[in-house]
Amino acid sequence: MAEPRERQVTRVARALLVGFGLHLKMMTRSSFDGLLGVLWPLFFATIAFFMFRAGASGESLVFASFGAAVMGIWSSTSTSAGSAMQRERWHGTLELLVCAPVHFATVLLPVTVAMSAIGLYSMTATLLLSRFAFGVDLPFEEPFALGLALVVTVVSIGSLGFLLAVSFVRYRTAWALGNLLEYPVWLIAGFLVPLTLLPSWVRPFSWALAPTWGVDAIREAATGASPWPELIACLGLGAAYLAIGIAVLETVLRSARRAGSLALA
Amino acid sequence: MSVRVFFVGGLLSFRALFSFLRPEVYVPSMLVAPIFQILLFVYIGRSAGIESDEFFVIGNAVQYAAIPCLFAMMFTIAGERFQQTLGYILVSPAPRLPLFLGRAVPVVVNGFFVAAFSLVVGGLIVGIDVPGRSYAPLALATLICAFSCTGLGLVGAGIGLLFREQAVLANIMFGILLLFTGANVPVDELPGWMEAVSNVLPFTHGIDAARRIADGASLSDVFDSLAAELAIGVVSGAVGYLFIRNAERLSRQHATLDRA
Repeated sequence: MAEPRERQVTRVARALLVGFGLHLKMMTRSSFDGLLGVLWPLFFATIAFFMFRAGASGESLVFASFGAAVMGIWSSTSTSAGSAMQRERWHGTLELLVCAPVHFATVLLPVTVAMSAIGLYSMTATLLLSRFAFGVDLPFEEPFALGLALVVTVVSIGSLGFLLAVSFVRYRTAWALGNLLEYPVWLIAGFLVPLTLLPSWVRPFSWALAPTWGVDAIREAATGASPWPELIACLGLGAAYLAIGIAVLETVLRSARRAGSLALA
Repeated sequence: MSVRVFFVGGLLSFRALFSFLRPEVYVPSMLVAPIFQILLFVYIGRSAGIESDEFFVIGNAVQYAAIPCLFAMMFTIAGERFQQTLGYILVSPAPRLPLFLGRAVPVVVNGFFVAAFSLVVGGLIVGIDVPGRSYAPLALATLICAFSCTGLGLVGAGIGLLFREQAVLANIMFGILLLFTGANVPVDELPGWMEAVSNVLPFTHGIDAARRIADGASLSDVFDSLAAELAIGVVSGAVGYLFIRNAERLSRQHATLDRA
């Protein structure tokens, strides 16, 4: 007898929430994800603040503050998401999770969203640094829209992390590929550099990245402009990453089951 | 025996324990990432309207030697514990000075290679103009920077014998070097206390010398800066060696050799 739809939804929602909470707790107790996750983007943010304070106007410092704040969300995702499945493999839990009664995407997505959410620590630290150490007068004109933009940005970056996690599953050193993506996305998503300064051929890559729209939405909401178009683009890209990720995951799992190679990479 | 332990033992340990040497890790982490670090700061510099592209290419290329120097030095010494070979090393009759310092030689060579590669490729991509007669002095300045940072790596290795999180420690040290040494922010733009700290860190004097060499200065013009950089390397190497010996002594005293 088929399970009632309502119960299926409850089961998936529960798996997502419990998985998110569990992994968030685990990461807060890890010095790599917790302490370094806060400190690492702070080093770069501090350098950027010094550079903008030395050269550009106060407006640029506000631009840099919000961009630097989102850098931490991407850092915590890119460095850890690439190896999310690899880690389960090392722990010997990958097979158990794959054969669990919920879809494996329901298990993996909360892991990568938790990785993004831990970046909120560094975001808070960066905003406090810019306000109190560099005296940047940060605007918070639309608190509700800003809060929504933050949630959408975190979830969309988490979805991008999910896509990375399933795409890199065949690479034993996926963590190195994840690390490699940190600087390029900081650069082309316009966190600290306006997209207009980059070569024109880079822009399509920027537009395909949810962090580009997420940081724009956060800036717009903070300064009182309308963040809704950017927010919708960010959300849409997040949903697209998720859909592509699930399709890739299905292919990877089917291939691994056929070849009996789930535990190998 | 000491010479053999120094050269052969050092090279073997480097190859065995520095896990980044596989192409699938080495290429993204040591050859591609520094280019993106250079590009990131070149564009931030353009956006903020400060300094030249050359300033950021040289600063970041030389400073990126910190990744191979810090990580490799920590992995090749403190990594013995993770391989469960630390006990065998420490009960062996091998003299300690060549045993530990020999591991630093391949680290310096690799750090120099990474920085030189980043400088050449980053310079070509961004399009900086360095006179041909500056190449050799620039290479020497880069080598001295790799040496001095390896000295700091020895300190990290000593601390790494006492603490579990070597990767966290190496990353924090890298961040401090990136912020304090003038790689991206001119040292005189930093607050006084940061400027004072920067003077005793690896890279500060070497990066300054490398920039002056690229602008046409001769080796004799930058002798003082290079000598200061070399001295920082020697002193931090000596401190690192003492740290390692002290960690060895403590581990015997408290029976904590394989624990951290």
